[in-house]
Amino acid sequence: MSKYLLNKFLYTVDREHELTERYRKDPAGTVAWWEAEMANTLLSCIAAEKSTWLSFTDEERQALATQDHVALFDLGAHPFLTLTLWIAMFERDYGEPLGMQHAYAEALAGKTLPYPDITT
Amino acid sequence: MAKLVAILATTHHPFYYRTSQLGPDEAPPFAAEWVRKIEAYRETLTRARPDVLVMVGSDHFHQLWLDNMPQFLVGKAPFYDGNWENEMREFGMPKLFLRGHEELSAYMLREGIDKGFDLAFSNELRIDHSVTCPIFTVRPEADLPIVPIYTNIFAPPLPQPERFVKLGQTIREIIDAWPSELRVAVIGTGHLSLELGGPRQFGPTGPDPEFDAQAIDWIERGDIDGCLKNVTLESLHAPGNATHGFMDFMLMMGVAGYQQADYADHLSLFHTMEAYFTWYPNPDLLDGALA
Repeated sequence: MSKYLLNKFLYTVDREHELTERYRKDPAGTVAWWEAEMANTLLSCIAAEKSTWLSFTDEERQALATQDHVALFDLGAHPFLTLTLWIAMFERDYGEPLGMQHAYAEALAGKTLPYPDITT
Repeated sequence: MAKLVAILATTHHPFYYRTSQLGPDEAPPFAAEWVRKIEAYRETLTRARPDVLVMVGSDHFHQLWLDNMPQFLVGKAPFYDGNWENEMREFGMPKLFLRGHEELSAYMLREGIDKGFDLAFSNELRIDHSVTCPIFTVRPEADLPIVPIYTNIFAPPLPQPERFVKLGQTIREIIDAWPSELRVAVIGTGHLSLELGGPRQFGPTGPDPEFDAQAIDWIERGDIDGCLKNVTLESLHAPGNATHGFMDFMLMMGVAGYQQADYADHLSLFHTMEAYFTWYPNPDLLDGALA
């Protein structure tokens, strides 16, 4: 299990408009491309310095490919990263202010303390 | 020695800027009171006539990332760009450009390291809304040089609450001993109870009004010991999953010391309790004070 890699996906996709839109339109394709091409990129280094060992578990890949924010919460993805990316992708689909955020919370309504550990 | 003229501890709300720009026809019902409170709070800094601002905040996974995460970091750069593309997108905040104060940054680093904090530093730092929000609220002219100090309240393992208080006390010692004639204000931002990305987010009030009332009381009375007795890394999960940002308030209590705040105000918004505190270590230095 790699909470770090889940977070890295959310972080890199959220901070680049083009990637955010790509993930919104093609979740499974974007996750497959990202895992193959980006997962091992050391962010402050040139391409030749790629890491060699990072990959998603099936469960993690599935949660990202199906844009299942409840599963991401359960897997211990950082909730701030998931939320901000979801706002970027889906807030536009709701008519009411904060409609997306309320629906997002409603889907998590069964969760009680302690929440899954987000320590990486 | 430098003069510490004001200490401000406040919540940072990234929607304030956009809300304050709306005309009367578009503004939500809470906007007028919010703007009024912010303008009153701004005056508590203005009357202290600072020359330089030490600004405490926390990067929200913008520049600082999990492959190289500092616990406490001091910016040491001649200039700072502010705000990020995804903050412009999400919050409608414009980008900013601020001067740095390298001499104070260097002094803070040297003295801080020698006093027991192995501070990280950055020579090229794009600051995020934890630092730019208070610029928009209390110094919208964005005309003063800054020394940004980032804390990790975000990516566990985190430093203990005691460490935040101790860092605040150390920052106070360093500023009080800085050989300079400048007037320094310290401005720090954090949160009271807060939930983001969890089931309790964006409710009609903050997720834990009882914690908020208690926290406001600790801060306003300068009750560092009462706060430390009741707050642990573990306990902060209960009021809301992003409540560890309260530790930035604890750091600011360390800067202020065991002192009643000279100004305290708060405002319950739709999903947070906003709070505004100011201390004046030496009221004789204020505008309007008797000479």
